[in-house]
Amino acid sequence: MSDIADRVKKIVVEHLGVDAEKVTENASFIDDLGADSLDNVELVMAFEEEFGIEIPDDAAETIQTFGDAVKFISSAA
Amino acid sequence: MFDLTGKNALVTGASGGIGAAVAKALHGAGATVGLSGTRVEPLQALAAELGDRAHVLPCDLGNAAAVEELVKQAAEAMGSVDILVNNAGITRDALAMRMSDDDWLSVIEVNLNSTFRLCRAAIRGMMKARWGRIINVTSVVAQAGNPGQVNYSAAKAGVAGMSRSLAQEVASRGITVNCVAPGLVETAMTAKLNDEQRGKILAGVPAGRIGKPEEIAAGVLFLASVEAAYVTGATLDINGGGDML
Repeated sequence: MSDIADRVKKIVVEHLGVDAEKVTENASFIDDLGADSLDNVELVMAFEEEFGIEIPDDAAETIQTFGDAVKFISSAA
Repeated sequence: MFDLTGKNALVTGASGGIGAAVAKALHGAGATVGLSGTRVEPLQALAAELGDRAHVLPCDLGNAAAVEELVKQAAEAMGSVDILVNNAGITRDALAMRMSDDDWLSVIEVNLNSTFRLCRAAIRGMMKARWGRIINVTSVVAQAGNPGQVNYSAAKAGVAGMSRSLAQEVASRGITVNCVAPGLVETAMTAKLNDEQRGKILAGVPAGRIGKPEEIAAGVLFLASVEAAYVTGATLDINGGGDML
């Protein structure tokens, strides 16, 4: 797994308090990992801080799964 | 009664009557206080009076960039912002027909826009900490209206609505957002009222007197306390019984 994916997974595990093995490519933050809309906002802000990037609102809306997040950050970082 | 030891509070408008009383009350309960305002001298005098656990953080709330920085500066000075008291406010009174765009906009900018910006900046840290208290000082005129204050009452009513929405957004994270709505209180702002205006207002106040800044601060202290965790989206009217609904 790439370094970016490791760092994203760490944030998701810490923030949502879920087991690392549940954070799979297609795991949806809301449907599979128990996040609410506020968690999604917090995750996006945590990603921005960790990777020093800006994630615009329209892009943030497309980040629904762990895989989405890794893909977006890989292309932006 | 309420213990705020270890909590850090940012109070805007701390150079004014109510703000200074709020800062003293929170400080007296053990909190570290960040004193913000435009006039540095009264802030420094207040900080000197309070002694330890007091930081002076001058800021012009009419300057959006400075407002964005204020919460950061407060967090750097104190370690965090656990309690935010948006107390600062200005008036530019005139009857609507004579009110300039500038009078309207400047009151909205300082009293409403800066309050939103400070809330937005402060909840970031509060969300991570899973604890926070925001207390917005509004006014009896948000509900009751007041001739000559279309700008001020609109801004204060705006803050009240914003507070209720924000309260719902962040309630699950241990953050409460409430308002304290003072009636007529003895401060530099209300000293500008003439006897006729004063008499008219007092005629509608069952307590029959003007309030003291400390009586407003007591309400803020309660809402800032750990004990008030289940109070959110509320407005505490402190007005001697005026404007009962």
